Amino acid sequence: MMLLQLFLEFARTGLFAVGGGLATLPFLYSLSDKTNWFSHEQLTDMLAVSESTPGPIGVNTATYVGFATAGLLGAVTATVGLVLPSVIVILIVARVLDKFRESVLVKSVFYGLRPCSTGLIAASGLSVVELTLLNMDALKSFQFLNALRLPYLIIAVILFFAMKKFPKHPAFYIALSAVIGIVFKL
Amino acid sequence: MNLKKLLDLFLTFARIGGLTFGGGYAMLPMLQKEVVENRGWATEEELADYFAIGQCTPGVIAVNTATFVGYREAGILGGVMATLGVIFPSLVIITIIAAFIRNFADLPVVKHAFSGIRVCVCVLILNAVLKLRKNSVVDKPTTAIFVLVFLLSVITPLSPVVFVILAGLAGVLLKGGKKAL
Repeated sequence: MMLLQLFLEFARTGLFAVGGGLATLPFLYSLSDKTNWFSHEQLTDMLAVSESTPGPIGVNTATYVGFATAGLLGAVTATVGLVLPSVIVILIVARVLDKFRESVLVKSVFYGLRPCSTGLIAASGLSVVELTLLNMDALKSFQFLNALRLPYLIIAVILFFAMKKFPKHPAFYIALSAVIGIVFKL
Repeated sequence: MNLKKLLDLFLTFARIGGLTFGGGYAMLPMLQKEVVENRGWATEEELADYFAIGQCTPGVIAVNTATFVGYREAGILGGVMATLGVIFPSLVIITIIAAFIRNFADLPVVKHAFSGIRVCVCVLILNAVLKLRKNSVVDKPTTAIFVLVFLLSVITPLSPVVFVILAGLAGVLLKGGKKAL
């Protein structure tokens, strides 16, 4: 019974959370209020773990909440519940698009969508930069010298040129940066 | 049914899911490497399309992209297998952490490693955007859309959905009209 409720709650979250993983958060907070399955503090902890482990954050959080609520079966139930609505929606969208792929209308929609998509990704990249390479508090009080987190910036520049010079799988550089982080206690 | 293809979809997306740190957008460099370069399952342009669609449809963007690529390659079952692949590592890793490791996110070694990874993710996303820009920002109108969306989404709290819908409309006005006439 609890599993069914867990499935339905996450299916609802998956259906109504538009715009990526973090959009599921408000739903999870209200689920906590509604059911008492987990507290707000627990949710904050679960989010921290979801952000520092591989995988999409929304999926990680669903798995964690499901596990905390009803063990392994709960983890599977919540995760499958979360992705099921979007799988159905995307399959329908993909099917329709395939049919009209050659139409002038669809082509011109995508002509406008592609730079938009790139702009959105660039903006979200900037928010990671803000979080990592800049000290926003210093920036806000106009202390420009302290605004740059120099060690991080230096590592970023080195990584940028290393990737240009030695184009390896991104995972290689992620592992390398994790080691750098541990060694230099970033 | 092509079992080998389905297994390949599952494993490739499991690898992508297992190697992505920092959420959906951070998955872009992995997708460019595995799906575009290694497998040829999509072009850079198509990847940009999937991300745009993923923005304005429900659910997690990374999952939506997996479903899309899987469907294109091997129909409905392909979409399902790619989706299961991308969520599989999360299920395993989170379950292990939830069951055995308390205060995972507070462990010093995790914190340091993740600070390093975040720097790397910055650079990876920058590279991914530069790559994507080549195929999506191709003339003056698309440059204008790119700059406007970037600036507005940095300075306003508007939802990505709004930008996606407006940009689609702009595309029709800029291109569809000309050709239809």
